[in-house]
Amino acid sequence: MQTSEQTSRRNFIKIAAAAGGGLFLGFNWSNSSALPVVVDAQKVAAGLVNFNSYLSIGTDNVITIISPNPEIGQGIKTAFPMVVAEELDADWKQVKTVQGNLDTGIYERQVTGGSGAVPHSWERLRKAGATARYLLVEAAAAQWSVPASECTTENGKVLHRTSGKSLSYGELAEAASKMPAPAEVKLKKESDFKLIGQSVRNVDNNNIATGKPLFGLDVYREGMLFAMIQRPKAFGLKLKSVQKEAVKSMPGIVDVVTFDNSVAVVGKSTWQVKKAKDALKIEYEKEAELESSADHNRIFQQLMENGEATVRRKNGDVETAFKNAAKVIKSEYQCPFLPHSPLEPMNFFAHVREDGVELIGPTQTPERARTEVAKLTGIAPEKITVEITRQGGGFGRRLAADFVLEAANVSKLVKAPVKVIWTREDDMTGGIYRPAVRYRFEAALDKSGELIGYKLRGVGMNSGNSTREDNFPSGSVENLLIDSVEYKSPITTGPWRAPITNFLAYAEQSFLDEVAEAAGKDPVEFRLALLEKAKKSPVGDIKYDVDRMIGVVKLAAEKSKWGKKKGVYQGFSVYFSHRSYVAQVGEVVMEKGKPVLKNVIAAVDCGIVINKSGSLQQVRGGVVDGLGHAMYGNMTFKDGAPDQRNFNGFRLIRMNEIPEVDVHFVDNGISPTGLGEPALPPAGGAVANAFYKATKQRLRNQPFINEEAFKGIS
Amino acid sequence: MASFKLTINNRAYDADVEKDTPLLWVLRDNLGLVGTKYGCGIAQCGACTVHLDGKAVRSCVLPVSAVGKAKVTTIEGLSEKGDHPVQKAWDEVDVAQCGYCQAGQIMTAAALLKENPKPSDEEIVSTMSGNICRCGTYHRIREAVKVAASKTN
Repeated sequence: MQTSEQTSRRNFIKIAAAAGGGLFLGFNWSNSSALPVVVDAQKVAAGLVNFNSYLSIGTDNVITIISPNPEIGQGIKTAFPMVVAEELDADWKQVKTVQGNLDTGIYERQVTGGSGAVPHSWERLRKAGATARYLLVEAAAAQWSVPASECTTENGKVLHRTSGKSLSYGELAEAASKMPAPAEVKLKKESDFKLIGQSVRNVDNNNIATGKPLFGLDVYREGMLFAMIQRPKAFGLKLKSVQKEAVKSMPGIVDVVTFDNSVAVVGKSTWQVKKAKDALKIEYEKEAELESSADHNRIFQQLMENGEATVRRKNGDVETAFKNAAKVIKSEYQCPFLPHSPLEPMNFFAHVREDGVELIGPTQTPERARTEVAKLTGIAPEKITVEITRQGGGFGRRLAADFVLEAANVSKLVKAPVKVIWTREDDMTGGIYRPAVRYRFEAALDKSGELIGYKLRGVGMNSGNSTREDNFPSGSVENLLIDSVEYKSPITTGPWRAPITNFLAYAEQSFLDEVAEAAGKDPVEFRLALLEKAKKSPVGDIKYDVDRMIGVVKLAAEKSKWGKKKGVYQGFSVYFSHRSYVAQVGEVVMEKGKPVLKNVIAAVDCGIVINKSGSLQQVRGGVVDGLGHAMYGNMTFKDGAPDQRNFNGFRLIRMNEIPEVDVHFVDNGISPTGLGEPALPPAGGAVANAFYKATKQRLRNQPFINEEAFKGIS
Repeated sequence: MASFKLTINNRAYDADVEKDTPLLWVLRDNLGLVGTKYGCGIAQCGACTVHLDGKAVRSCVLPVSAVGKAKVTTIEGLSEKGDHPVQKAWDEVDVAQCGYCQAGQIMTAAALLKENPKPSDEEIVSTMSGNICRCGTYHRIREAVKVAASKTN
């Protein structure tokens, strides 16, 4: 039976020790040589050994593997242990996975973001498993007085075939812990993988389906107070004054405190603090422009024409190319701000004492949480613990530490353990959004329909560089200019699942569709021709693998029977982001005179697929997320305040609105790359291009639901 | 403050809370039943779904004073050993990503199957469309409801 639990490192040691000793191994996952340290269980329990990560084998054969990275739904808590278990030749049924807490002495890059955990840890995890397997084999060989080379491993056992002897890992654990560690270990051949590539169920399924306390919002502690915070109701306002007394006397309210521009109501239950927060009377004053969406549209137009642009990439002579062009195509694409909307709103627990801080909750960046709380409190980082809970989605919102700092601030002020809870309205209006952006694309075609010039200007809001200048079609066009203009808005923004590319990919892939049409070429053939050019005569640096890109284009075309289906309008899209390659075909059919999105076929190259079930989920979920937000996601502003405050105003995609999503993985044996983000960016383009085929109407702005051409479609 | 006697998961509970407190927060803050989740507070997302006399209701907008003698079932009490056909189907189909919405999804599905043991695809979709899954696990939610229906007598 699969088991899994959240536990602190201290608890883990207790659990492992209670299992009756056994093999404790510390591996330096941050060190590529992965020289293992064999750790004595007694010493570990006493906290005397500084080791780097944990894999333990109990004498009861339970294999405990810690997954150090935050789990936000990307499946890392299942995938990481699978990799260790594969090299260990463990019996997966005996593996127990534990969420690690922040420990920078042991782990490196305890971050969930950028789809980076798997590529970062792949080798390290394999070495961790392989080293333990080596020691177990050595221990068995010594016991049997046979050469280690005659021993094999299988399902948590070391076997000696010629004598028929076998010992379980649990039986060998103590002896193995005393064997000298190898300087290097041999890893399996990919073709020998048994567990990797299989469908393994989420290790927390049982806990989730039975309502166990797993999430940040589920944290309750003795003496804990609840806090809700009223932040300025518009971006550009600052706190002037608050009438505390009336609210302080409300039932269950312990205190009302202020810090920065926030007013925190602290009390004995969530509902009581919510009611008190709603009753607050606060005065604000203006400190910056109170922007509305109409202002943003005007600013975009202005900066597109006259903004000061930073050149991001330049190849050849664009001006001449456009002067000599037989045909020029020019289009602009724009998208709105988006809240992240993780279903578990922001929350965090903090207990600031004089001698240390206890932090518990959902964060994608536990180390940042600790660093910022150390700065705030003046308490040394080593006296601050961060326990990482399971997280009800993240989508980039939990990369920030604002909600952690709030909890620490309130706890410090009221001198008690505090859980800060954001209501959905707080979560949606409290800031840090995917910023709105506008792109202008221009393409120059010669007489034969060859793409001879390409220009892209991005106007971003707090985006820094709103382009990704080295992505396709860069490298395939002789004359190319990509630049960006930046606008600083008081509205807070930050990374949102597949930052920049979550919209840029759609805009670029829609525009390429327009160019292909103007050139009189099939969209797939057009892209393949550009990629062939990038391969044979690359222009400038190319930061994507052209062959892998071609691979997914061809696979998506093949699996979708591109251009061969009667009555089905297909749209194509391909994008490289976060080290992975994804092509998608959207399929629209006409029903009762209206276009209906029926299918999305996705071809994915993320290298080796670790967990087939989890990977399928990431791709399907990414597609649903991508097209859901492309169709419906819209956050607008009036005088600095968001118009949408909850899910009645902000529309998230629901079950009756999803197409079928058919997923195909490229099997190429390349080391795996991340999958939390790459399936999202191409979705909008595949849908918009299919929609165009069916209706001859281009969707150039998101959300599609607000486009005239999309009216009448659900 | 008022005292409320509640029957939850076939057990008697007393709660001293204000009468407008939503059942959701009584479950979570007062009774330690945290499996029922907060998502929106306005009955839009379904994360807080519980059963009231077997029917799916949104506990975030149900004042505790309106519960009366009705029997409340939460995710913790759906089955004794976590082996309700819907719970088992959720594991078999491997539905969850982040998992936060799934208790509400499971409670909605269980209420549907109780009332309509063999729902059509349309009935499944129309019922389950009331629940938001931000991770987008809708394909597997739909499949899991079908699996559960096929195993329910």
